[in-house]
Amino acid sequence: MTVTAPPEVDREESTGRVGDVVFAGISRGSAIVIMLALAGVAVFLLQQGLPALGNHGEAAYGKDNIWAFVWPLLFGTLLASVIAMLIAAPLAIGVALIISHYAPRPVAKVLGWLIDLLAAIPSVVYGLWGIQFLALNMVPVYKWFDAHAGWIPFFEGPVPNSGRTMFTAGLVLAVMALPIITAICREVFAQTPLMHQEAALALGATRWEMIRLAVFPYARSGMMSAVLLGLGRALGETMAVALVLAPTLIVSFNLITAERSSSTIAANIALNFGNASGSKIDTLIFSGLVLFVITFAVNFLGRSIAARGQRG
Amino acid sequence: MADLQTAQSLERQSMPLTGASLPRQAPLLAAVIAGGIAALIALLGGFGWVAAIFVAWLLLLVGLPLWSRAVEGGRRAVDRIVTLLVWSAFALAMIPLVSLVWTVLSKGVGILSSQFFNNSMRGVLGEGGGIYHAIMGTLIITALATVISVPIGVLTAVYLVEYGKTSRLAQVITFLVDVMTGIPSIVAGLFAYALFALFFGPGVRMGIGGAVALSVLMVPIVVRAAEEMLKLVPDELREASYALGVPKWRTITKVVLPTAIAGIVTGVTLAVARVAGETAPLLIIAGFTTSTNLDPFNDRMTTLPVFIFYSITEPGLHADAMADYAWGAALVLVAIVMFLNVVARVVGGLFAPKTGR
Repeated sequence: MTVTAPPEVDREESTGRVGDVVFAGISRGSAIVIMLALAGVAVFLLQQGLPALGNHGEAAYGKDNIWAFVWPLLFGTLLASVIAMLIAAPLAIGVALIISHYAPRPVAKVLGWLIDLLAAIPSVVYGLWGIQFLALNMVPVYKWFDAHAGWIPFFEGPVPNSGRTMFTAGLVLAVMALPIITAICREVFAQTPLMHQEAALALGATRWEMIRLAVFPYARSGMMSAVLLGLGRALGETMAVALVLAPTLIVSFNLITAERSSSTIAANIALNFGNASGSKIDTLIFSGLVLFVITFAVNFLGRSIAARGQRG
Repeated sequence: MADLQTAQSLERQSMPLTGASLPRQAPLLAAVIAGGIAALIALLGGFGWVAAIFVAWLLLLVGLPLWSRAVEGGRRAVDRIVTLLVWSAFALAMIPLVSLVWTVLSKGVGILSSQFFNNSMRGVLGEGGGIYHAIMGTLIITALATVISVPIGVLTAVYLVEYGKTSRLAQVITFLVDVMTGIPSIVAGLFAYALFALFFGPGVRMGIGGAVALSVLMVPIVVRAAEEMLKLVPDELREASYALGVPKWRTITKVVLPTAIAGIVTGVTLAVARVAGETAPLLIIAGFTTSTNLDPFNDRMTTLPVFIFYSITEPGLHADAMADYAWGAALVLVAIVMFLNVVARVVGGLFAPKTGR
């Protein structure tokens, strides 16, 4: 039997035919378009936003300097997102566990499908529901907190009858982020090697012990990155918050009043951009730049944790 | 000696293989009892039903594990607590989601009529208008965004999978696509505004600008989906094609892409559904108008999400009527998005690549 060595053909090189050259060029071209687009985003934001660094007074919405304008909004953005994650993350992990381990298989399949559909509902619809339904129904709860826990600074009244408060905004963000976090966690839980789970069960572990010893260690990085991606989504979310909160420039931990609650960067841009002109536009674009940097950092962290988990 | 053996085997026989356990219906039974006690307390104490449910839940959370601990031992009791907590989290999470879907359906369905679909809001105060202009705006802007992003997205995926592979450029692109997925939608809108303001002066509002902004959000989703699908195409197919002397670009267009097309279509449809509901960028660059505008290169153009937003934030004198419009528009928007999602799943299910997982 004679073995003929395959001819040395370098597939990476173009075969020299015109079609190949053209097609390779087009596809490389589109990849470069993406690079240019992103560079464009960065350049335009910098070009329009950086002049705002010197803004003060009228151009910075009555603040002494640009940071005094951005800081309250940044604070509000972080506060709303953190509230949302504190509520959404445990619930999402619970729902994901139901789908991956607790519910019977056919039910779980339908549930997974429903969660995916819910993740696709536009955020403006969540906002509409938040202001017209949730906010009104939360008023009695806030009143109760005001009456019974008003001595904690978080829950100091007066409670607005519209229910449009920081806590409502956080709740809406939580409801919105819930399907997203659930979807990722479910994927991760489902990927746990069956052998690990069966080994745990065979050693006499109860279902919870199996999940704690086999599923969670395997899924830890995935869960972390799911929460961080959800956080990234909540940070950049505009509409849900813009509908619920009025634009203010206040730093406040208060969760249940309308007058003394913070607003978020994205919502502030959405609500003020229509009326803005001249250097005020620069100011708003600068705040958008700050938001971009923050979400980028959070998303980057989330992805690197996910990547580390895959390698390990 | 013999006695000892008998004694040992007797002992072995009497050792049970399974521990004592509660009957299968135990959780149900406990729930019913807890519910009954809570209802009684609520009736006597005059609580609302929310408080009653909370009391019942607390009773169950304490009672069932105690019972289980007495019969089954501590580890099983912990398991029961966790099971109860997990199902509680699930129920708690379902409340807002079900409420959301129900509210949109019940509040939105009343206003649907042929007039609602065929009229615009031009010159309408209060009753009598429709969302024709917003539906057309959504369709036009989303279609334009799709036309821009799909070729760029799919070709980039082709580059990453077929040409670039592990080259420096491909790594950079992969990283940048990751960055793009995280761009907040309002920042995409600011980018489109800054770009168009450069050519058309400040204060520009255009449908095509909205399409550009949506493309910034859509391209990374399309690239990710197409990349995944192209990676699923087995190398044997490519090699068979090369062996027949087919050039690389014909192999990609005639063998690789057709094999992966179903998955790519699914990914694209999901991406379309995602951007069709985007509000923030369109608020900034496409603007708001009450009349129908079918020309994306000229003047303001309203989409469904923006219409919903303005109906609530700036309702004018007829706030109730505008809220009705908003709910109707929300129902239509959700219906469009759901329809696209179901189509994507059906396409993906019907033509799923046989080589898939």
